[in-house]
Amino acid sequence: MVVSESMPTRTLTSGVETIERALVVDPGQRVPGRAAGFPLRREGPAKLTGAAKYTDDLVFPGAWHGITIRSTEAHAKLIAIELDPEVDWSKVVVATAADIPGDNIVASIKDDQPVLVPIGGEIRHHAEPVALLAAQDKETIRRLKGHIKLITEPLPPVFDPEQSDHVFAKYEVAQGDIALGFAGADLIIEGTYRVGHQEQLYIENNAMIAVPGEDGGIVIHGSLQCPYYVNKALKRALRMTSVQARVIAEETGGGFGGKEEYPSMLALHASLLALKAKRPVRMIYERHEDISATTKRHPAIVRHRSGVTKDGVLVAQDVEVIMDGGAYCTLTPVVLSRGLLHAGGPYRCPNVRLRARATRTNTPPNGAFRGFGAPQTEFAAEMQLNRIAERLEISPAELRRRNIYHLNDTTPTGQVLRESVAAEEVLEQALGASHFERIRERTAHESAERRGSGTVPAGRLRSGERRVANGIGLALAWHGAGFTGSGEVYLASVASVELTADGRLRVLTANTEMGQGTKTVFPQMVATELGVPVDWVEYAAQDTAEVLDSGPTVASRTVMVVGGLVILAARKLKAAVEERSAGVPFHEAFRDDAKANGATRIDQQFEAYPGVVFDDATYMGDAYPAYGWAAAVASVEVDLDTAEVFVRDVIAVDDVGKVIHPILCEGQVEGGTLQAVGYATIEEMKVRDGKYLNDRLATYLIPTALDAPHIRTILVEAPFSGAPHGAKGVGELPMDVAAPAVVAAIHDATGVWIHDLPATPERILAAMHGAGPAGRLVGVMDEPAA
Amino acid sequence: MSAYRFLVNGAPAQVEVPGMRRLLDVLREDLGLTGTKEGCGEGECGACSVLLDGQVVDACLVPVCQVDGRIVRTVEGLSLAARERGSLDTLQEAFLEHGAAQCGICTPGMLMAARAYLDAGGGPDDGSIREAIAGNLCRCTGYTKIVDAIAAVASPAT
Repeated sequence: MVVSESMPTRTLTSGVETIERALVVDPGQRVPGRAAGFPLRREGPAKLTGAAKYTDDLVFPGAWHGITIRSTEAHAKLIAIELDPEVDWSKVVVATAADIPGDNIVASIKDDQPVLVPIGGEIRHHAEPVALLAAQDKETIRRLKGHIKLITEPLPPVFDPEQSDHVFAKYEVAQGDIALGFAGADLIIEGTYRVGHQEQLYIENNAMIAVPGEDGGIVIHGSLQCPYYVNKALKRALRMTSVQARVIAEETGGGFGGKEEYPSMLALHASLLALKAKRPVRMIYERHEDISATTKRHPAIVRHRSGVTKDGVLVAQDVEVIMDGGAYCTLTPVVLSRGLLHAGGPYRCPNVRLRARATRTNTPPNGAFRGFGAPQTEFAAEMQLNRIAERLEISPAELRRRNIYHLNDTTPTGQVLRESVAAEEVLEQALGASHFERIRERTAHESAERRGSGTVPAGRLRSGERRVANGIGLALAWHGAGFTGSGEVYLASVASVELTADGRLRVLTANTEMGQGTKTVFPQMVATELGVPVDWVEYAAQDTAEVLDSGPTVASRTVMVVGGLVILAARKLKAAVEERSAGVPFHEAFRDDAKANGATRIDQQFEAYPGVVFDDATYMGDAYPAYGWAAAVASVEVDLDTAEVFVRDVIAVDDVGKVIHPILCEGQVEGGTLQAVGYATIEEMKVRDGKYLNDRLATYLIPTALDAPHIRTILVEAPFSGAPHGAKGVGELPMDVAAPAVVAAIHDATGVWIHDLPATPERILAAMHGAGPAGRLVGVMDEPAA
Repeated sequence: MSAYRFLVNGAPAQVEVPGMRRLLDVLREDLGLTGTKEGCGEGECGACSVLLDGQVVDACLVPVCQVDGRIVRTVEGLSLAARERGSLDTLQEAFLEHGAAQCGICTPGMLMAARAYLDAGGGPDDGSIREAIAGNLCRCTGYTKIVDAIAAVASPAT
């Protein structure tokens, strides 16, 4: 790891003024953690020795096992739940909607989703929870579950989001005059792009254990991202106080958004059984159930109409986004909102209209997944840019140079980008590190040679080297940092730093560790502020009985927003102790201070970032306090006979504001990049009649070590002044950018554009042979302006 | 129900269970060795990888009747000698230093696959390492740091 404080001497200029200089971390030479001077992963030794306890590893004597009885129809009325009278039900517990003491609702935004479908209620998707069964052992459950029968009356289902008349959310933002913009364009290009479901595929399935408490409450031990979301859901449906609805996040084996809202449902199910059985109940999903029933990335249809001058300057962008919300609202309105706000890509355009709507279908609900709506719309935006570049015979890099955001540019919501704009920096870093133009020349030459040899796309089997075509592709992205709009102001998160009466230092937040490094970086940040060794700072358990609500562990907000609060709290603690000790430095004074004064705890609440204003009613203003910027260059090989794609290398350049821990930060970029490569190439959820067909790991494929490209990460720092450390978050940014880079590389290799993700061999072959698969729109309409 | 005897991490174990009970359940539930994880239950993800007579197997696909009289090694046994000194073994240390474990759920299986590769004399070659861990899915790391960590142990000189 080479951390260089000096900037490259190359001068980058924007239309208005020189962009902020950014620190660049280029792991050209990898140096392991200890040697690089950064703390090692705090819970790492436990994870590496098998000692770390995930939910399914916990033992509760006397615990029963619980399962869910689910609908097998996509849309129906529930008439009755019949228990086979021939079977002895006395030694097990069955729970239905009738057992819910409070509201039969598990809500993120709208009150539309039941905990369990009630008798007379509507089943709205396949695998919807209807009843629960718990027994002492798994064998009894296996024997009995088939004897619970759901009596239903079918209702007509809706599967096409464009045909649905139930709209979860709808937005429109506009700037300038769209008609005038198109009138002034030399070229107008239209395109329709489609992306399907993507499964988060954390390797640890959803898991929850509910233990009845002595106070009539419940204690939840689970795999989850947001302890206070679960706490809120329990309070409402179980009519409990916050103290009674205690939630503890255990070691969590990956989340990626997939454990943001669903754990509320699962915790309620486990609780209903535990309260009825009067004993702990374990609900540990198997992979098949996890894929069948839990949320996915929203499928989307994105339609673009772009007007450009002959020099490649964007003058009009008209974008329509339709997302399939699935059967219930979940977080769909905010996913759609983020999708909409990123739909234009990181490009300035004077005349813009962005419209988006999300509708209800009778498919399992879609929800949060890393990127949260942006990967869908930014894929489309990048495809559109690349097709414009091809049409105008301008390099895709040069076209981007002519359109990227610079300081003081205005976004479609009227937000003026006053600081922290690194589009140009990440673009140039990626182009330089990948030798993009030189390799592009080479692939163009190879492609011309193949054409000369008459082998492409002749359809005959080729042999030897000419069977494999090389391609290189570029993409650029931005990602709004933290919650959208006024989200953080409404959340009003609180994070704490405490000097305990016995002289220990603790960080207390509700933000969970799911692999990204919370447990390592929060103590690191506090130790740095306090001037003490990192090992002296503890990270309290994410237990609602112990920590205040610092908000959910989502939206790449942990380091940026909560980390900022933790730093401010640490500074206040240091100041308080040093004031009392009359100037003795904190690290020497704090233990004596605790003895003399007892515990000191600083609870730091979020306050709006200065000057950041968003109007939720008009959807105008500062949609995000700042943006992260990313560029990716992908190199692929495509087998021209089989259309199999090998993604060989990805250069990932990400501006994260401030790098807190280079190794963990790179880990986020590498993991996000590979998820995006999977999204681009192999991850496809097949849906028939509202049911996922490939709902197991044998059929839903994610990349293995052999499918993974070599990923080189370059970290850029363009700090955000509103956060005390300048950090803007990293988790989601890489997910936005690698998929369009891979698809651009496939085009460079094959000469065909794949408009629908994933770019499977079937789609590539169909496009190479000039036909789209039946029922899928692959062709595009190009029309020159009059 | 039958009795099955085998060695787990160097210590004798005996269980009386149905012969078709999965080795994974025997390890986790009967012997309390929860370091071995379940990710899919059908041999796709490799989270439950253990060594059986030195070979990597998916413990979810192995019935305990096939383990009788054999030698099982799990993540808990990886660093028995090192643990007595209160430290990790060189492979675990390399994973920690390189950031090769994130959420950690694939890590025990990944370590076992890597251990088998190294014990068989595997070198630092990128392609060979990737081949060796191709049966172990990781959703967090993009594999880069895992490959780096294994390569570092295979060639301590670098």
